[in-house]
Amino acid sequence: MALAMMIRNAASKRGMTPISGDFGGLRSMSSWWKSVEPAPKDPILGVTEAFLADPSPEKVNVGVGAYRDDNGKPVVLECVREAEKRLAGSTFMEYLPMGGSAKMVDLTLKLAYGDNSEFIKDKRIAAVQTLSGTGACRLFADFQKRFSPGSQIYIPVPTWSNHHNIWKDAQVPQKTYHYYHPETKGLDFSALMDDVKNAPEGSFFLLHACAHNPTGVDPTEEQWREISQLFKAKKHFAFFDMAYQGFASGDPARDAKSIRIFLEDGHHIGISQSYAKNMGLYGQRVGCLSVLCEDPKQAVAVKSQLQQLARPMYSNPPLHGAQLVSTILEDPELKSLWLKEVKVMADRIIGMRTTLRESLEKLGSPLSWEHVTKQIGMFCYSGLTPEQVDRLTSEYHIYMTRNGRISMAGVTTGNVGYLANAIHEVTKSS
Amino acid sequence: MASSMLSLGSTSLLPREINKDKLKLGTSGSNPFLKAKSFSRVTMTVAVKPSRFEGITMAPPDPILGVSEAFKADTNEMKLNLGVGAYRTEELQPYVLNVVKKAENLMLERGDNKEYLPIEGLAAFNKATAELLFGAGHPVIKEQRVATIQGLSGTGSLRLAAALIERYFPGAKVVISSPTWGNHKNIFNDAKVPWSEYRYYDPKTIGLDFEGMIADIKEAPEGSFILLHGCAHNPTGIDPTPEQWVKIADVIQEKNHIPFFDVAYQGFASGSLDEDAASVRLFAERGMEFFVAQSYSKNLGLYAERIGAINVVCSSADAATRVKSQLKRIARPMYSNPPVHGARIVANVVGDATMFSEWKAEMEMMAGRIKTVRQELYDSLVSKDKSGKDWSFILKQIGMFSFTGLNKTQSDNMTNKWHVYMTKDGRISLAGLSLAKCEYLADAIIDSYHNVS
Repeated sequence: MALAMMIRNAASKRGMTPISGDFGGLRSMSSWWKSVEPAPKDPILGVTEAFLADPSPEKVNVGVGAYRDDNGKPVVLECVREAEKRLAGSTFMEYLPMGGSAKMVDLTLKLAYGDNSEFIKDKRIAAVQTLSGTGACRLFADFQKRFSPGSQIYIPVPTWSNHHNIWKDAQVPQKTYHYYHPETKGLDFSALMDDVKNAPEGSFFLLHACAHNPTGVDPTEEQWREISQLFKAKKHFAFFDMAYQGFASGDPARDAKSIRIFLEDGHHIGISQSYAKNMGLYGQRVGCLSVLCEDPKQAVAVKSQLQQLARPMYSNPPLHGAQLVSTILEDPELKSLWLKEVKVMADRIIGMRTTLRESLEKLGSPLSWEHVTKQIGMFCYSGLTPEQVDRLTSEYHIYMTRNGRISMAGVTTGNVGYLANAIHEVTKSS
Repeated sequence: MASSMLSLGSTSLLPREINKDKLKLGTSGSNPFLKAKSFSRVTMTVAVKPSRFEGITMAPPDPILGVSEAFKADTNEMKLNLGVGAYRTEELQPYVLNVVKKAENLMLERGDNKEYLPIEGLAAFNKATAELLFGAGHPVIKEQRVATIQGLSGTGSLRLAAALIERYFPGAKVVISSPTWGNHKNIFNDAKVPWSEYRYYDPKTIGLDFEGMIADIKEAPEGSFILLHGCAHNPTGIDPTPEQWVKIADVIQEKNHIPFFDVAYQGFASGSLDEDAASVRLFAERGMEFFVAQSYSKNLGLYAERIGAINVVCSSADAATRVKSQLKRIARPMYSNPPVHGARIVANVVGDATMFSEWKAEMEMMAGRIKTVRQELYDSLVSKDKSGKDWSFILKQIGMFSFTGLNKTQSDNMTNKWHVYMTKDGRISLAGLSLAKCEYLADAIIDSYHNVS
């Protein structure tokens, strides 16, 4: 009865009046949900919602990180269309194993660890298919909570906003480390190294493997080597979120350089991989979580525990996207086509960075826009303040997240002039 | 220990001792997932450091999904997989519905893009799924009192609801049928929602322990969540009668509980979508607030695409809006937004009158095959078993599963001696049974029942 009292007390505190007695006319029943507040809009996905609701013909969406072609249209890669044709009429729709498609996972590991990776050959990697990058990060966070209880996660400032939600819902306490340097709009390397040094030995760190979201600021190869050495000295655990492999430089092997450095240096790392951007499979939710273990036996044990976490969340991951990935990566022609298409996307973005910067400079902006071309990947951390962003939205119908992050994938030859002009207008008196 | 003994230049060699503190293994019993480790032997490895996941033990095989894995490994030619609940044709082949193939071809022709769905999923799917459940013109839909979001099939939808319960009803308990689907408890455990059980299965009658069920629901603390199977109870196949559903609704209202339906077999149980939704609609008629988790794994054969929904029926449109927003907040850090493929298939099938009719016909066919197989199994049992045991429960049960009444040892005999794969609770999946195999199965059941204790 104690629990009933508790609920009744809680209910009356929240102004809920549970019904009692007869249940004839229930239209007047008060709701169990009185205490449920409307949730705040997701800062990123909420931008697209607002954009869609805007009737202005001039509106520009540089909010969510989804690639657009030069006409501002979503793109389904040719290699994906071809893979879909080949899959049509497939007679297999049975449940995947809890760990997902073994074939897809194997091909995915090769991308991250290298085609000839000794770790793959030695079966030392515990890996499962996940619900894209989000699902991989969440599964790792839950795994960290369960098997390193008491550990914290160090997250860079800034980071993709959903990282905070993920580790929070997994109930892993968070700490931050310096990353972005507002003055230079580049990396605050010395502060980053200080934070790594000062963290207690054996801490867990979240690193963006390439094309940091939201800043576009990546460490240089030399800096990655220094970070790796310091991690070694401090025995830290490196968890890489790699959501943009191929998308940053146009070359997947190059984009995995940070990971390869850590592997060479002997770290046992964790990796979240996503095909949302580099294969354009956003809505299919295809990704992979891997954890490099000491030996095959441990890899088997860790994988079994990852599956144990996945089972009460979604049982087993969705098939269709995984089949697309496998079809593409296991066929040399399709894979080669994919690599070409990834480079086209990366090159278009690099081109738009140049054009945006040059346009702003031509307009006679008093500010430096060097960072637009120095930063890499889908996003540009413009340095715009929230107030300036609000003005861009209310006066120019330009949608981006309030941290000033511009999704370069949404910039086209058609809108770059309008965008430059608007940015100039709201910043020229800075 | 199979440590990798590669030599790597100047890497320092670290004894495992040093890593002890990092693992925080502490006293045994504090974390059931870690085993205590002996450090009496110092082992050299050439990695930077030994793994911090040293103490991780192998997770037990999943009782349901593990069955299929064991079946695959069996080389005996008589083997029969009556484990996981996935529909099979008479030829024991997986079945992709014709309407699904049609829908996929349509989608292919149209060249749909692959953009992110919103967090709540595909709008057309959410609309279709709520209408299928309640009926298109239903007041709860007209009045916009249902918060519906697309979920990762039944599992994912249950998990979202469980997380919502944990967040907004701290301390509230979910009461679950005994027995129930093996993953229900995992879901509530991982969501940290306490649970207890209500009596359900009566081994004496191989039927419903209705008195026990009502008594236990009555005894649960006021405001508990009562997990109900909308139709085709898994694993028993035993459903309350319409009259019993009325009494269940009565006692739930009397105790101010919140009903929580798991509807994984709508259309699959009786063959009729409307008939199988009767229990849910009864509760909606009462004006109650409740949860419903749905899955299209079985009724549309979309197992692997993970398509389902969580519906929360609220007393006002405003409450529904707020609840929906909080469900989104739970989904975002779990997977951001749900997979598009299965949602599009459902929306296409339901949205086209011809395909919708075809779907209904295919569902009737699947449900019909199972009813036929039940009859054949019953007939085989009756003709082969001379003990006079009453096997009629096979016919009374409904849906994909049958609770045979076999205990664990007897179930093991089914597997070890007869190569019949089933779950240890005595559950067989009739969807995996063909007419041709009914006699063999009958032999196995009779042997296990009479000769093994």
